[in-house]
Amino acid sequence: MAKILIVAETLGGELHPTTGKAVACAAQIGGEIDIAVFTEAKGAAADAAAKLDGVSKVLQVSNAENGAIRAATLAPQVVALAEGYTHILAANTTTGKDIMPRVAALLGVPQVTDIMAVHGEREFDRPIYAGNAVNRVKAPGDFTLVGTVRTASFGNVAESGSAAVEDASVSADLPAHTRLVGQETGGGDRPDLQTAAKVVSGGRGVGSAENFSVIFSLADKIGAGCGASRAAVDSGFVPNDMQVGQTGKIIAPDLYVAVGISGAIQHLAGIKDAGTIVAINTDENAPIFEVADLGLVGDLFKVCPELEAAL
Amino acid sequence: MKALVPIKRVVDYNVRIRVKGDGTGVDLNGVKMSVNPFDEIANEAALKLKEAGVISEVVVVTIGTAKAEDQLRSELARGADRGIHVVTDEEIQPLQAARILAELVKRENADVVIAGKQAIDDDNNQTPQMLATLLDWPQATFASDIKIDGGKATVQREIDAGAETLEVDLPAVISADLRLNEPRFIKLPDIMKAKRKPLDKVELSEFDIDVPKLEVVSTSNPPAREPGRMVKSVEELVAALKDKGLV
Repeated sequence: MAKILIVAETLGGELHPTTGKAVACAAQIGGEIDIAVFTEAKGAAADAAAKLDGVSKVLQVSNAENGAIRAATLAPQVVALAEGYTHILAANTTTGKDIMPRVAALLGVPQVTDIMAVHGEREFDRPIYAGNAVNRVKAPGDFTLVGTVRTASFGNVAESGSAAVEDASVSADLPAHTRLVGQETGGGDRPDLQTAAKVVSGGRGVGSAENFSVIFSLADKIGAGCGASRAAVDSGFVPNDMQVGQTGKIIAPDLYVAVGISGAIQHLAGIKDAGTIVAINTDENAPIFEVADLGLVGDLFKVCPELEAAL
Repeated sequence: MKALVPIKRVVDYNVRIRVKGDGTGVDLNGVKMSVNPFDEIANEAALKLKEAGVISEVVVVTIGTAKAEDQLRSELARGADRGIHVVTDEEIQPLQAARILAELVKRENADVVIAGKQAIDDDNNQTPQMLATLLDWPQATFASDIKIDGGKATVQREIDAGAETLEVDLPAVISADLRLNEPRFIKLPDIMKAKRKPLDKVELSEFDIDVPKLEVVSTSNPPAREPGRMVKSVEELVAALKDKGLV
């Protein structure tokens, strides 16, 4: 039977909601699921992890070094806990992408990046070519299966559990060669892009940073997260943490509203798992309309306020 | 200071790929091949550091078929000093690539590796991190800015929550994200000059790449979306969204 260790993602001592997606994937693999939380001290993150349905126990690893999450200091701690686990999984976020190959290399095993479907304990689908093709991969033998989970492909798990939280001490030499100098996080009150049920995104057509208020206003009206195309980020309208697409965030909200976004392949790669895609664009030939469930040709500066008023 | 820049020959990013009918992979017949775009950015970053007097030599490395020499030559034309080509027709997985590169880093006595964050064919995003681990070096992935000074690299990274800055002791592995720079265009005279730049061919058998591998069972098209419809007005859009219970 599988015994799965999930590396929790934390931000500022809180559990990041993408961790639940990794649990949802682990539940499909089946077996026992533990979550390892690496923070400075036991707190909110371990409590939140213990509530995720399907989790057997939470391993709290407290270490002053874990106040700043860095791959080089985290990976040896994960490996120190690896004994007895058949699988080690994390969400395929920038943190998971940074850490897990380091875990795999320490264990001397390959990694399955971006698991999008489970076909068995050691057989998975993963996207290649920006999601334009899907590889079904198998891990022969019995080496520890290290993988990252495509958050857009798995639902949230309920939070009605009450797993035990155990203090785990790990003895690993942590390198001193990597220091966190600072972080600039967008934060804000809007729902997290990667787990939001609704997302409104703006593109080059929005025209300026000031004009993005149209997008923010519509998003706030429907309680949505806010995203942007690469063109809007490269033009300096909004910061990079809002970028949706192949090189930004890959998301799967129930409702995605693309405003003034033409629909470049790299943007579509980030939204193809969305429930319903709405496109608003002045150009009726924009490729975004080829994937949209509902398309409206029109001036976004007229349509968005009208839409906001009607909702 | 010597920089090693690994590059990969991949399907050009503008090509719409086609999955083979028998599910054995993606059809590469007659398809335009290019340097992985993130690797071009990595090489550009190394060349900028060379122009700034920080790096003295840029060595580009590729692992691939005989034809991958085209991609190596194009990065030499962009400005790299020397090339190393590990020639093989085998499919090389990230942990294997990391082992080959680790050996080359030791042979070359490189001080920094600047790599693309991922290849746009298999989208694994693993090799730079695995390489750093095998060398027991620090890593700074998804770089949007690199400064090197006094035996340290200060790297701004793109992360889901925004941006962060890491300071790592050299030697280190740095992986390039999209906004690190815009690679310079390659000029015709430089293509001619690149033909005379040194390029070593190395046999794959020189490396120990005996590690567990993943097997690809099949390749398929992603699930298609249902066709959508156009609405004429905001009222019609709102009605459709209400119908679906989305607002």
